[in-house]
Amino acid sequence: MGSAQVFFYIFAALSLIFALLVVTRRNAIHSAICLIVTFFFMAAVFVILKAELLAAVQVLVYAGGVVGLMLYVIMLVKGEEANQVKHNLGQKIIAAFVALLLFIQLAAVVWVSLAGKKAGALAAEAAKFGGNTEGIGALLYTKYLLPFEVASVLLLAAMVGAIVLAKNKLER
Amino acid sequence: MWHDIGLALLRIIVVFAVALLFVAYLTYLERKVIGHMQVRMGPMRVGPHGLLQPIADGLKLFFKEDIVPYESYKLTFYFAPLLCLVCALILFAVVPIDRNFMITRLNIGLLYILSIASVGVMGIILAGWASGSKYSLLGGLRSAAQMFSYEIFLGFSLIGPLMIAGSLDLVKIVEAQKVPLIVYQPVAFVIYLIAALGEINRTPFDLPEAESELVAGFHTEYSGMKFAYFFLAEYANLLIVSAIATIVFLAGWKGPILPGWMWFLIKMFIFVYFFIWVRATFPRYRYDQFMRIGWKIMLPVVLANIVVTGIVMMLV
Repeated sequence: MGSAQVFFYIFAALSLIFALLVVTRRNAIHSAICLIVTFFFMAAVFVILKAELLAAVQVLVYAGGVVGLMLYVIMLVKGEEANQVKHNLGQKIIAAFVALLLFIQLAAVVWVSLAGKKAGALAAEAAKFGGNTEGIGALLYTKYLLPFEVASVLLLAAMVGAIVLAKNKLER
Repeated sequence: MWHDIGLALLRIIVVFAVALLFVAYLTYLERKVIGHMQVRMGPMRVGPHGLLQPIADGLKLFFKEDIVPYESYKLTFYFAPLLCLVCALILFAVVPIDRNFMITRLNIGLLYILSIASVGVMGIILAGWASGSKYSLLGGLRSAAQMFSYEIFLGFSLIGPLMIAGSLDLVKIVEAQKVPLIVYQPVAFVIYLIAALGEINRTPFDLPEAESELVAGFHTEYSGMKFAYFFLAEYANLLIVSAIATIVFLAGWKGPILPGWMWFLIKMFIFVYFFIWVRATFPRYRYDQFMRIGWKIMLPVVLANIVVTGIVMMLV
């Protein structure tokens, strides 16, 4: 095994362990902390795959931004309420179904795009653009311009929707 | 191989020793400068002109009783200051002090700094929550809201210069500057400085710790070395913010006659002095004013800056 492989297994195992901790901690804040750690280990895996941009974005957007917002919400809820675990919300079957669907989707993507390729093949492709920052940038603004714009508009719509919902509640 | 590892270790030790020394003496510099601005002497007792004051402070903090409040969440209470300090110190790993002197060169250097710094703020939020005190909690909440608003402008204000420099690599950014980028990007420069003040929680934007409103905000309950960690992290962040300003806007180590690292330090300390000066000059903003400035003035201006930069680059 090369050193990259050794480190991959270490980081992958640690990220799985902390991902498990996220769902098993009873304290919501502790879950959030574990989530930060999970994102860090996933970023480490991205670095091993030579996808530095993805690693940085992972930490910036998820560990820094999303978890920060989650912490903000959790802290506004009173301590005891945040720690109450509600059993039997009737989500188990739906959750399992969604998780299965997601797994199939991800597995299919990995299978279709990576089958038969050596590790680091994608990084080599990215190098053609002069690094993966430039590569992702070039692809986003040429080949994938339409999906990118659609995603932006969707996010904008979600943002406007959230503001409208929150404002209606405040004014009543 | 061992040669490389030894060299890397040596670089790490040198950079961190110097960084920590600077951080310790920044507290002295700040007290002296503000003292003189307010027609006081500042620290004078320990050593000549108080030069040994940071060491005395450090020793005092080290031997102080470590108080952990009964109401606090112990593990998070210990974890938060560590997160703050670690996230502040590992940023020095990518700062190029000279053409060839840095711990490591990343092709996403600037993004690395922004992303790790955003995690560092988590330490403040967690500290506020874990203390189990309402003042700390308010400090933490303020810090969270401040972070979401000000990180956006901090990032956006760097996009204009990045479009001209054409890279996220800090070394390439400096090398791309024949003329310091401040000449082409004055608007981005001013917005960067304001956003940086918000990002490192300094007056006029030191709302998470506002002494007169929240006692000391997120670190009300912290004492001894844990308090010192927050303090060190704050000053380390001050250095980093000044270093980024130097690299992105003032062409880093470039300059005539003097060696590169000296230029870098001179430029960096101009910014450090500026941040201290601001603290001695401006009163604290009220919280709603602070948010209004951010979202209603700075966001449109910084977006306009990006658009104008893009158009000009297309035409020229």
